Amino acid sequence: MSSDRTKADDDGRTPLLQVDGVTLQYKTEKHLITATYRVSFDVHRADRYVLLGPSGCGKSTLLKAVGGYMSPTEGSMQLKGVPVRGPGPDRMFVFQEFDQLLPWKTVKQNVMFALQASGKMRGKAAEAQAMRYIDKVNLSKFADAYPHTLSGGMKQRVAIARAMAMEPDILLMDEPFAALDALTRRKMQEELLQLWEDTRFTVLFVTHSIPEAVLIGNRILLLSPHPGQVKGELNSDGSDPIDRASGAKLSDRIHDILFADRIEEQEVKSHG
Amino acid sequence: MAEMSAPVARFPAPTPPIRPEYLRDVVAGRDIGVVEKPLTVFQRLANQGWLRKSLILAVIAVVWEAYARHLNNPLLVPTFTATLEAFKAGIASGDIPQKVLNSVQLLLKGYAAGLSLALVLTALAMMFRLGNDLLETLTSAFNPLPAIALLPLALIWFGLGDTSIIFVLVHSVLWAVALNTHSGFRSVSNTLRMVGRNCGLRGISFITKILIPAAFPSILTGLKIGWAFAWRTLIAAELVFGVSSGKGGLGWYIYENKNMLDIPAVFAGLFTVILIGLIVENLIFRNIESATVRRWGMQS
Repeated sequence: MSSDRTKADDDGRTPLLQVDGVTLQYKTEKHLITATYRVSFDVHRADRYVLLGPSGCGKSTLLKAVGGYMSPTEGSMQLKGVPVRGPGPDRMFVFQEFDQLLPWKTVKQNVMFALQASGKMRGKAAEAQAMRYIDKVNLSKFADAYPHTLSGGMKQRVAIARAMAMEPDILLMDEPFAALDALTRRKMQEELLQLWEDTRFTVLFVTHSIPEAVLIGNRILLLSPHPGQVKGELNSDGSDPIDRASGAKLSDRIHDILFADRIEEQEVKSHG
Repeated sequence: MAEMSAPVARFPAPTPPIRPEYLRDVVAGRDIGVVEKPLTVFQRLANQGWLRKSLILAVIAVVWEAYARHLNNPLLVPTFTATLEAFKAGIASGDIPQKVLNSVQLLLKGYAAGLSLALVLTALAMMFRLGNDLLETLTSAFNPLPAIALLPLALIWFGLGDTSIIFVLVHSVLWAVALNTHSGFRSVSNTLRMVGRNCGLRGISFITKILIPAAFPSILTGLKIGWAFAWRTLIAAELVFGVSSGKGGLGWYIYENKNMLDIPAVFAGLFTVILIGLIVENLIFRNIESATVRRWGMQS
């Protein structure tokens, strides 16, 4: 089945990540909750692919499933044609929470930890690789600092360096800048784009912010909530251009697509 | 909606006054004068924890001395100086050092055995659900049971010897350490667990590289509590069944001197017990703390 899709691909290139009809369900104490319903999308090499939607659209759950932390009840996920099974260092995660760094290790040791624990590199090679990526996120001066002495933005930069140093097939970022203040967030977004210019990694990026999606993504998947379903897939060049057909900015179009139902709902309520 | 659309104009709506804008150049830090000023000698001394605590101990010693002199009954409460004399005499004769050595050796054996068992139990609890049930059942059953209550049974099982005492020591250490380690493991944040699994860690390597360091504050608390329990149990066991180990430790030293009504020596024995407790807490555990959890910012 996947080979058919591979051939049908427009420009003849095989997608790096194929998500095909994925339904995700999880159990709470009292309910079985469907987080996403038959979601399909393809991520190509060097994509900055953004999953965008309001809270409750299952975008984070979808990312966790790609990370291998939960398996779909329906559908399949393939990375380089191999089904995703369990977490692994070929898909490195960057989380929103600052406590994703190991507090008992310095910046350099944190980056080296991933390399060594996964068995990718040891000793001097791991150290050199770690320092190279710490330098890329401009933290060379803080290589020997412990995480609790760093600011939130610096911690996230370490987490990004740690994930990138592994040179994974795909980076998975779960709202990595959401807990930062507006100025730092802006700076980090620009830094991430600069890093992409340098190394052309592939990233699957989850956010609920439309401006962030427009700025970061080259391809944006729009998801509707309860349960998450695909509403559309748009291209972006980061400049928020005006669409010729509708005369609206890209971000306004996205806003209309995502929240069209909700506005109708509100109008019905206020009239009733 | 209706409330917002029609404001009632009974009172004039308050409006802030319009003030002129201005911009200023700030003064450079060095021109202001004091930005950083060293603390006075007294302030710096007052910041030293050991100094404040030594002061407390000194005050207690003075109060003790004054009360004992006022009471003037060396059979009930010998003076602080008399206790020190007895302590010095005990050290000089080699009696106290020998007893301390016996006690500490036994204690370390029991402590080490208890820790290893606790580690095995908690590791099982983290890897299997049945191990978790086992640990929870055993700790809730045995943690409230005083270790000393097992000593008569231990003497029947293992006879008069070190083994009996080590058995009760293991019992006193095991549950406290296992309970704290387990609750520490369980409070490790989900994000850190996911990071560990993301790096491909599983089973034992996940426990040693993620769970143990992340839960280290709780583990250290468990180690401290376990140490105190073991120390108490040992002294009590020696007091009751002192000769059981043949050589006798500090508890036996206290018991023996009580029988001979050498009360200053009894106090010297108690003094030694307290001294060792203070040394272990303030030198060993404090240094472990400042080299680990404080350095990592996991405890202030």
